[in-house]
Amino acid sequence: MTTNHYTLKVNGKEHQVADAWAGESLLWVLRERLGLPGAKNACEEGECGSCSVRIDDEVVCGCLVLAATAVDCEITTIEGLAPEGELVDVQEAFIEAGAVQCGFCTPGLLVTIDKLLETNNQPDDLTVREAISGNLCRCTGYGRILEAVNLAAAKRREATS
Amino acid sequence: MSITIARSLDHALTTLHENPDALILAGGTDLMVQINRGYLNELSTVIAVNRIPELQGWKQQDDTLVLGAGLTYAEMEKSDFAAVAPALAQAARTVGSPQIRNAGTLGGNLGTASPAGDTLPVLAALDAVICLRSAQGARRLPILEFITGVKNNARQPGELIEEVHIPAAQGHQEFCKIGPRNAMVISVASLALIVDQQNKKVRLGLGTVGPVPLRPAEAEEHLSTNVNWAANTVSAATLDQFSTLAAAAARPIDDHRGTAAYRRHAIGVMARRTAARAFTEETA
Repeated sequence: MTTNHYTLKVNGKEHQVADAWAGESLLWVLRERLGLPGAKNACEEGECGSCSVRIDDEVVCGCLVLAATAVDCEITTIEGLAPEGELVDVQEAFIEAGAVQCGFCTPGLLVTIDKLLETNNQPDDLTVREAISGNLCRCTGYGRILEAVNLAAAKRREATS
Repeated sequence: MSITIARSLDHALTTLHENPDALILAGGTDLMVQINRGYLNELSTVIAVNRIPELQGWKQQDDTLVLGAGLTYAEMEKSDFAAVAPALAQAARTVGSPQIRNAGTLGGNLGTASPAGDTLPVLAALDAVICLRSAQGARRLPILEFITGVKNNARQPGELIEEVHIPAAQGHQEFCKIGPRNAMVISVASLALIVDQQNKKVRLGLGTVGPVPLRPAEAEEHLSTNVNWAANTVSAATLDQFSTLAAAAARPIDDHRGTAAYRRHAIGVMARRTAARAFTEETA
């Protein structure tokens, strides 16, 4: 088994990854090597979106990124959305709208919605539904999730006005 | 497993020359699934090509649309791209989820060569040419010669998919896809209709209804010769026959996503609908 040494920049902090199997996904390395279990592991084939993380400006499935190739970029996970002990508007909105049931899809949804609102803080319903179409909630709590997006969008508009 | 992150086209081709059987990692949306499942040989060499500047983006070069193999579905969805290649933009928007479209690439769709590849029927109908490059040189293949079978293509060891060239065509373009829902769907049957107004030709590409994308020549010929090009209209009888010929040209199979009979029926319906949107149906 070939090992690999590389550096990943996650949530603004550089992490050394040593003695890792070259085939490990970014999701695996985040959770099992770097102590960042926020991104969830469910399907490992890009279906469910529970592993959604941000690489530079794009939201991608962490399970479909070969960790050793994710060097020289900014990786942001749910742990890095807000400073320690604080919440971003989307997290507050999820709590206020009761948009969390089992919670497994929540980190991926938060990362996805945070990015959506960054590009568009007044998204229409279709835009929201398409933006979160890759984040499956098997509790099927979409009504409150959509409510939370509207709430978060309003918070963000208020903050930027 | 060893990994090379190629930083330039030369870097990738040199590495590929030394490891002709290396696995090419573009967006990772297909290959990583295999790696996660442990299907790959521990001794494989992987060349990551998503940092190669020469493979990024697209440009209009005279009468040809030049697409880098690293062009992502998300880039193909954008309005500037949709303005020059509407059917390809439509197809890109139906791929997986936004997360998948941010990572997955045109070159990857060609490299995987799945019968359900969403861009393949569009590329077929657009008469796309696939440009391959190795350390020894470059060659070009029409899409229908490039895709050789189920998950098989004509790429040789040591070669990399570099670009896709699409000749300009003015006219209606449309992509259609059947699946159980709108998002996160692998195609059950797909179809692309391209109208070339200048040459008075209609080109049809069928996807997921054969081992490779299909071009139903008889259906194309029937519609092209029976359209009233001056008025941009078509008779109901012509549309019906076009639909029948398109369905007859499909070579579908029964599998877990659908039956051959359903797929053939769907091709007929999509062929008629897209043609009726491209040309006005004459009232009797």
